[in-house]
Amino acid sequence: MTKVIGSVVCTICGCLCDDLEVTVENNEIIKMKNGCAVCEAKMVHGYKSEERILKPHIRKNGKLVPVTIDEAIHEAAQILTDAKYPLLFGWTSSASETQHVGVELAEELGSALDNCCSVCHGPSVMATQEIGIPTATLGQIRHRADLIIYWACNPWSSHPRHVERYTAFTEGRFEKSEFKEYVQKLKAKASQKKVAAAIRRTQVRYQSPSRPKSALVEAPPQTLAKEGRKMVVFDVMKTMTAEVADYFVQVEPNRDYEIFGALRCLVNDQELDVDTVGGVPVDYLKEIADVMVNAEFGAIFFGLGLTQSIGRFRNVELAIALTRDLNRKTKFVVSPMRGHFNVTGANTVFAWQTGYPFALDFSQGYPQYNPGEFTAIDLLRRGDNDATLVISADPGAHFPKGALQNMLKYPLITINPDWNAISRLGDVVFPTQWCGIEQAGTAYRMDSVAITLKKVVEAPKGVPSDEEIVRRILEEVRVIKAKKTATDAADGNVSQEMVGSKKRRSKSIEKEMY
Amino acid sequence: MTEILIKNGFVFDPINKIDCQKMDIAIKDGKIVKKVSESNAKIIDVSGLTVMAGGVDIHSHIAGSEVNLGRLIRPDDHVKDVVKKTALTRSGTGYSIPTTYVTGYRYSKMGYTTVMNPSMAAMKAKHAHEELNDIPLIDKASFTLLGDWWFALENIAKGDFKECARLVAWMIRSTRSYAIKIVNPGGLESWGFGRNVHSLDDEVPNFCLTPRDIIIGMAKVNTMLNMPHTIHLHTNNLGVPGNYKTTIDTMRALESVYQGDKPIGHITHIQFSSFAGDNWAHFKSGAEEIANYLNAHNHMTVDIGQITFADTTTMTADGPFEFALYELGGHNKWVNSDVETESSGGIIPFHFKRKNAVNAIQWSIGLELSLLIKDPWKWFMTTDHPNGGPFFHYPRVFAWLYSRKAREATLKNCNKKAQKKSLLPSIDREYTLYELAIVTRAGTAKALGLKNKGHLGIGADADVSIYNINPETTDIANTYKSVRKAFGNAVYTIKDGEIVVKDAEIVATPSGRTMWLDVQTKEPCRINDEMKRKFKEYWTIEFDNYPVTDHYIKVPEKISIKASV
Repeated sequence: MTKVIGSVVCTICGCLCDDLEVTVENNEIIKMKNGCAVCEAKMVHGYKSEERILKPHIRKNGKLVPVTIDEAIHEAAQILTDAKYPLLFGWTSSASETQHVGVELAEELGSALDNCCSVCHGPSVMATQEIGIPTATLGQIRHRADLIIYWACNPWSSHPRHVERYTAFTEGRFEKSEFKEYVQKLKAKASQKKVAAAIRRTQVRYQSPSRPKSALVEAPPQTLAKEGRKMVVFDVMKTMTAEVADYFVQVEPNRDYEIFGALRCLVNDQELDVDTVGGVPVDYLKEIADVMVNAEFGAIFFGLGLTQSIGRFRNVELAIALTRDLNRKTKFVVSPMRGHFNVTGANTVFAWQTGYPFALDFSQGYPQYNPGEFTAIDLLRRGDNDATLVISADPGAHFPKGALQNMLKYPLITINPDWNAISRLGDVVFPTQWCGIEQAGTAYRMDSVAITLKKVVEAPKGVPSDEEIVRRILEEVRVIKAKKTATDAADGNVSQEMVGSKKRRSKSIEKEMY
Repeated sequence: MTEILIKNGFVFDPINKIDCQKMDIAIKDGKIVKKVSESNAKIIDVSGLTVMAGGVDIHSHIAGSEVNLGRLIRPDDHVKDVVKKTALTRSGTGYSIPTTYVTGYRYSKMGYTTVMNPSMAAMKAKHAHEELNDIPLIDKASFTLLGDWWFALENIAKGDFKECARLVAWMIRSTRSYAIKIVNPGGLESWGFGRNVHSLDDEVPNFCLTPRDIIIGMAKVNTMLNMPHTIHLHTNNLGVPGNYKTTIDTMRALESVYQGDKPIGHITHIQFSSFAGDNWAHFKSGAEEIANYLNAHNHMTVDIGQITFADTTTMTADGPFEFALYELGGHNKWVNSDVETESSGGIIPFHFKRKNAVNAIQWSIGLELSLLIKDPWKWFMTTDHPNGGPFFHYPRVFAWLYSRKAREATLKNCNKKAQKKSLLPSIDREYTLYELAIVTRAGTAKALGLKNKGHLGIGADADVSIYNINPETTDIANTYKSVRKAFGNAVYTIKDGEIVVKDAEIVATPSGRTMWLDVQTKEPCRINDEMKRKFKEYWTIEFDNYPVTDHYIKVPEKISIKASV
């Protein structure tokens, strides 16, 4: 039986496009309309992967063997209660309902709690905590922005529908789409190429080897003076987004901070005594500063190029400071390009329960926050924790070696839908449903608008949702703790926690990996 | 459900005109009843204590996107106020914007049982409800920001109030909200391009109407829909010296739609809208003018937004105001958060200081208004949490109201210039406990149209707060410190017939209900293809994904009302 479901939400990036039309046949998604290529890769093909985990597993004698869900829950709860200081990490590809239970579990365990934000836009959050942020929902930008700046990000590849749905190529109430112009540009480029090819063919013998021109040597293009929406890209290399833009500024790697500083000077009508800043001629920056000041409504989107290069949260701080300065002259907003579809949700849910967005610790009975201390990688590299629960994330593929080595010294519980790197390394491996495909829930878009994820197909039999798993672990932890208190009271013994040593796991898995 | 009999307390119940009578209150199945049998009921002997209905807060920002962003940017604020987990209660942090659980606990400890969350952007309603679900122990409801909603503006500009009313009804239902909130009408739309409106008759760019049209239009819509509460209005020019004139203009404008029975509008945190003087240097109080107007007219109610001198976090949907505040200088953090087609928002951490002339005058303005408005049913006590100060500072405000001595003690430490300008030394009025019950529960419940709250009559919700104050033996004005302490630490708080606080300790943590209006119009608004196309154009969320579903409300209390359109 075929059915078509409309307004389905994509669960890839922070754009959370919610206009997908999905065709389901025999409990399988067979076709999709409106989604980008990345979305299609996951929602039509990826989720059916043969690498799917279908049963809970526990590592016995170095081998993962299938067990019942009850057994796995008990084992996981036992590991977490036995540990002195577990770490619960991940959460960003789970629904906020799951994240919500996660905070409760961390509080019950007195553990560390962190989400993937600490390895992507954590510095953006920290910059926001330093100086605030003038921002807006994406629709506001769609309706009003006549200047769109993408800084150190490449939405054409990472958030493929961002430009089309929210910025330059959408039709707003006060601003028109630039898509037609883009198509014209493409056509012009194609004919230019044809002409160039024809010339090349005729003069092939006399052709000196041509080198690709850097944007730096090109004169500032006329396009900046054009009417209507303008799109400017700042990046260290010419990305696909830069190809689409009206103007591309190539920045020397790690020099964004200086360019923001220079732009702030220029926007505030100060003169610069140098010729270039961060590899960009000041004349070009002057022109951009003029365009910024003359915009009716400008928007800056920045990506991991700022948060993960030298300067980190200070880069973002200056991006925000520049936006603040510009608000004295016109209207400007700034927004991070959040990656995972619910990383904003993780920050949001953690914040309303604890006051803090990531890098949390409950060891004192109340929430504490300290990036650098309780952020997953820092904590793991120091080897502070003695058990890890990873949910809807794959640090196995992305964490530095030192951190991972320390993680694997102690028991590891994973909750992921498929056999990714971290699942293969786990001691207790849970299967789970694909959030937003097999499981409904809530996710927060990059501008912190909550959107309801739909359940489109049924999960394979016996595969629970991650919310259910975390909730059951929490219940089991409470049962084990209650028993422990009862036996301790009966024996009059000192709690095991006080005398027990960290439970190390066998070396075999470490070897397996390295 | 257990039955409870509260014996021998001094009861203050202004709605039923009970002023300090020694009487028993019987509770059964979560409601106040005539009597229960003494053998079955749990008997609480409260001899010598004060018994009131559970507090009803008409305006307190406790949940939503804005509030949470305020939490997120203030780790410096949380670290000085941490709350440990106990066997019963969850952990959390304060100070100016406590986390959800802590908010519930702290309200309950003060004997408050109902709180209105007054500023919810429609698009972010799901978030607000998710947070409200996590606030235990209190009943709550939210007001949707509709004053700058494009659909409303377009229909008001066209003069089609009926269609506007139908759309508003749809919106109230879709966001599971309780009232219409209007913030700086026209100003937020102008702020979309970085501008603002400065009087009731400035034109709103691109929409061919003025703030006056919006206010009057929405008041008409509110009447057509038979809403239990009036429009909840945050005035234009808020926080600008000399703005008391705009405030009086606003109230005058609403005279034209007053039908003579019940109030037509509610101006919120009016302290911030009662400034006189031409600029900050000549800043002074406009409280007397406002109070005189309110004493002579019956079509308005107000709440104060009292300053409590705290290191707090200001937050409002009034984006341009927060930007103006940021421009005044001295502020490290500034958040602006516009919401497409609907609203905007801003956040700035702010420390109100006694020694600052403007802050001290603001403090004085709030109290002058409270004391000069003769009828306590016209004004209500709020701090506009967290703007004027966090809600758990309410007992301080009570003390300033019922004790001249308390006012003098604070004024003595204020800025000298402010002391000279203050009218407070000339005011002798001291509130009685009866009047205090009006401005904190009875009056607010009445203004909100909550029939089962704010009183202890038969059939009312069994929300009761009991304080360690003996009205017969205590001179509350002179011993204001101990009375203040008593108000902050309820001996008992009973929520829906369950004891939740005993001796200022949380003993049970039931979830409160979320009240929302199902406004039934005679014909529903025309959601046809044309309309859906418009939705798609205006918002970046699909029409089907826009409304808040039942999933987002843990314990709903649907209130159905019949509209006259």
